[in-house]
Amino acid sequence: MSAAPNVSRTDAVPVFRAIGLTKVYRMGEIEVHALRGVDLELFAGEFVVLLGASGSGKSTLLNILGGLDAPTAGRVECRGHPLTGASDDELTRFRREHVGFVFQYYNLIPSLTARENVALVTEIAREPMAPERALDLVGLGDRLDHFPAQLSGGEQQRVAIARAIAKRPEVLLCDEPTGALDSTTGILVLQALERINRETGALTVVITHNEVIARMADRVIRLSDGRIAGIEHNAARAAPEALRW
Amino acid sequence: MKALHHKLWRDLWQLRGQVIAIALVMIGGIGTMTMAQSNYAALAGSRALYYAEYRFAEVFARAKRAPLPLMETVRAIRGVREAEARVTGFVTLEIGGYDEPVTWQIVSLPGPDDPGLNRLFLREGALPSSDGEVVIGEAFAEAHGLRPGDALVAILNGRRQLLSISGIGLSPEFVYQIRPGDVFPDFERFGVLWMRHEPLAMAFDMDGAFNDLSLTLTRQAREDDVIDALDSLLTSYGGVGAHGRDLQLSHRFLDEELGQLQVMTRLFTAIFLGVAAFLMNVVIGRLVTTQREQIAVLKAFGYSRFEVGLHYAQLVLLMVGFGVLPGLALGAWLGRGLADIYMDFYRFPYLAWTLEPRVIGLAFGFALAAAALGTASGLHRAFRLPPAEAMRPEAPPVFRRTLTERLGFGALLDPTARMILRNLERRPLRSAMSVLGIGLGVGILVMSRFQSSAIEEMIGVQFGFAQRDDLAVTFTEPTSSRAAHELAALPGVRVVEPFRSAAVILRNGHREYRTALQGLPDGADLKRVLDADLQPARMPDDGLLLTDYLAGMLAVRPGNTLEVEFLEGHRRTLEVPVAGTVREYLGVGAYAGRETVNRLLGEGAALSGAWLSLTPGARQGVVAELRTRPRIAAVTDRSAMVQSFRDTMAESILTFTLIATLMAASIAVGVVYNASRITLAERGRELASLRVLGYTRGEVRALLLGELFTLTFMALMPGFLLGLGMTWLLVQGFASDLYRIPLSIPPAGFAIAGLIVLAATAGSGLLVRRRLDNLDLVAVLKLKE
Repeated sequence: MSAAPNVSRTDAVPVFRAIGLTKVYRMGEIEVHALRGVDLELFAGEFVVLLGASGSGKSTLLNILGGLDAPTAGRVECRGHPLTGASDDELTRFRREHVGFVFQYYNLIPSLTARENVALVTEIAREPMAPERALDLVGLGDRLDHFPAQLSGGEQQRVAIARAIAKRPEVLLCDEPTGALDSTTGILVLQALERINRETGALTVVITHNEVIARMADRVIRLSDGRIAGIEHNAARAAPEALRW
Repeated sequence: MKALHHKLWRDLWQLRGQVIAIALVMIGGIGTMTMAQSNYAALAGSRALYYAEYRFAEVFARAKRAPLPLMETVRAIRGVREAEARVTGFVTLEIGGYDEPVTWQIVSLPGPDDPGLNRLFLREGALPSSDGEVVIGEAFAEAHGLRPGDALVAILNGRRQLLSISGIGLSPEFVYQIRPGDVFPDFERFGVLWMRHEPLAMAFDMDGAFNDLSLTLTRQAREDDVIDALDSLLTSYGGVGAHGRDLQLSHRFLDEELGQLQVMTRLFTAIFLGVAAFLMNVVIGRLVTTQREQIAVLKAFGYSRFEVGLHYAQLVLLMVGFGVLPGLALGAWLGRGLADIYMDFYRFPYLAWTLEPRVIGLAFGFALAAAALGTASGLHRAFRLPPAEAMRPEAPPVFRRTLTERLGFGALLDPTARMILRNLERRPLRSAMSVLGIGLGVGILVMSRFQSSAIEEMIGVQFGFAQRDDLAVTFTEPTSSRAAHELAALPGVRVVEPFRSAAVILRNGHREYRTALQGLPDGADLKRVLDADLQPARMPDDGLLLTDYLAGMLAVRPGNTLEVEFLEGHRRTLEVPVAGTVREYLGVGAYAGRETVNRLLGEGAALSGAWLSLTPGARQGVVAELRTRPRIAAVTDRSAMVQSFRDTMAESILTFTLIATLMAASIAVGVVYNASRITLAERGRELASLRVLGYTRGEVRALLLGELFTLTFMALMPGFLLGLGMTWLLVQGFASDLYRIPLSIPPAGFAIAGLIVLAATAGSGLLVRRRLDNLDLVAVLKLKE
């Protein structure tokens, strides 16, 4: 199922197609142009890194793709279905069925164990994998019954990844997944993401401002000041364990 | 400090929902306290003023007939300052257009040489200027729309006499105007009438004599000594024992009311302020936690610990202010309303209701004490927090498996239920306090349902089960049993059950109590005494039955003997065994067989009165006939009296129930709303994360509401028990020899209390729903816990 990174995409149907995405929001008295006309196509099986400084609009883009936010102008569709103009209920269903999220601060439910945090998602998904299997994939098969407070930061993030992938999503959206971790732990998390991408074929989008991580991507999309500043194709994806920062 | 003040107001604005919730609870507490305390002050103050100004006597005595010259001896008793002889008695009376039996207590007015004790306050008209004129009590005048100039017909010593009303008056002796032996006032059927001494003395055959004595005492006097001296002086004139104000009927009822106001103040103030303290504890505790970093920054920039502590203390003070000021206003408003109700029951010339500075001070004092209790730990934390530590986030919360899961029921729970239970278990103290708070709301609601049902139970037992006569007839004097036959011969009278009743003092060691010993006929059916299970008790062949409360007061048990001193007849003093106890809600008394009483009195088959059962439709004719009989002192119509009492009480019971319901609901909403806001604040991020993961709004709502309803359901049972407990406290606090309120709460009372609190929970859920639905999914993910 894994896609060859360097194939031309023009003939394939993209998972996401965004056209002219613009996002303006007000922060008090000031209008912030977070996105200024972004055109983008993302394909199944790809490992994409969105690279940019803070304020470049990468989080806004990710939020719009994930159905958490709506663009001010422009269109975005997922597998031909428009996300723009969808109701709140439709977006909730979209997230529930198609998207897995991984956040910088894990956002685990502290009152649930690792297994239960994953079960939280598998119970509302259509064809999920068993929570134990998802945790096995991220290397936490032996920590099923630990509460978040009993896990290290890296372990918590891997629970979050297990939670994101357990529903077998088509898309895995990760917002600074290593941002709160030291490099050793971060690499463990990246390994988990890489393995998931390889084994499940989910389109994986990782937001980071860490240039090093870009080396493990199929495509690197650089954002700057709300626009796409450049797209690079890596000839070969670097293994996460080869990364150092 | 200016910037800090801005922060203060903005924090307050941010917390407005919770501040309002706390204020509501505090308003309830301060309102009740202010209402009760201001009325306590008004009643006690007006009473003292009225007594002083209108010269209410201090010692009272009655005799059968004592010669007026005896007054010289009375005045010579050591400790007596002034003495006034009067003639009083009971008469029946006709009022045009009103055919119910009406009893009058008729009292002679002082002559020109008398010191003028128990003086009249004239609301209207003038004192009698001729023998045929009378002043009547205000309550009765109002009940019948009587005015000066109107005429009355009284049967005075067997003669119908036309009386003209010269004025409407009030007396310190009859602030609470009630027929002796009754518990509820009945302004339509009982009145007081004042008349000049001579015509009354003539009518009662008391020319040159008196049968009633009022005294004031010198400053050094010992009341008990004066009473003893009076008793020995009056014995040979048929004295029935002197007593002080403590046994004066109107004064006693007022004392009871004042005592009840104190009980109410303590109970309600403690509950409301306790809940307010808990809520403030949660809110301030949470605020200090979320503002850790702000506190750190303030301290890092050079604000002292005191300034930071003071900043949060000011917030607390403002919250107290928001509760106390409207609470005072509400209490003043309710207090005035209650004072108006009091004016119907307690007849003062004026009720000097004011909001005294002392009450205001008390309100602030209690509220500040509650606030201090609730927020001391939070404020101390803000004060103590070292800046460097405050910069670091707090350690993540530690969760465990819940008790339910450890017990092996975990499989039954879905993740939502697990989250709810683990959250509640993680902060057991706070959960317990929330449950307690909601439970108190449930309890107050249960208690608020209690009053009307208890009064129904009292009426049902006393007048439905124990006393079942249509009319009670009392003779002016003990009469031969022929009188019973005469009554039985009246057309319309179905059954006559004659009784003998005698005033006695019951003694056990130093404990004594004045009451009536009632001798009931064999197989009495119209008046029955009830055992502890409220089943009719058999009258013993020998010995007395005592009301259980009286047995407690005298510290006697069945099998013990009592000294019984008769205050009439041969005035014998005998040792009589106590055969058992009976249960009564109204008054206390002693009972025996009629023959036993006759035998103890050393007399033949004498009667004091009779209970009548009538054939349907005969009442009016029988009453009219009885009115013409000179030897009949009083006719009491039970059912009419009960009905009149119900009408009188209906309004005040409704008001009480409504107020208590509102207050209980404010407690329930306050606690539940706060719990929901705190949950939302602490776990907003968690709930938003669930939304991001694809949980619908409905599912997230279920989580929050689930927690609130879990708390509420957990609070129901303890709440019912608290309600029972508080009602029990109230019942104990109100119990006296005048009446005991039964602990009676209808099942519907529990159900209604539960439903109201569940509705309040749902309402609080609705209040936070908007916040819940508008959780900022994007922002929350960027925030560090």
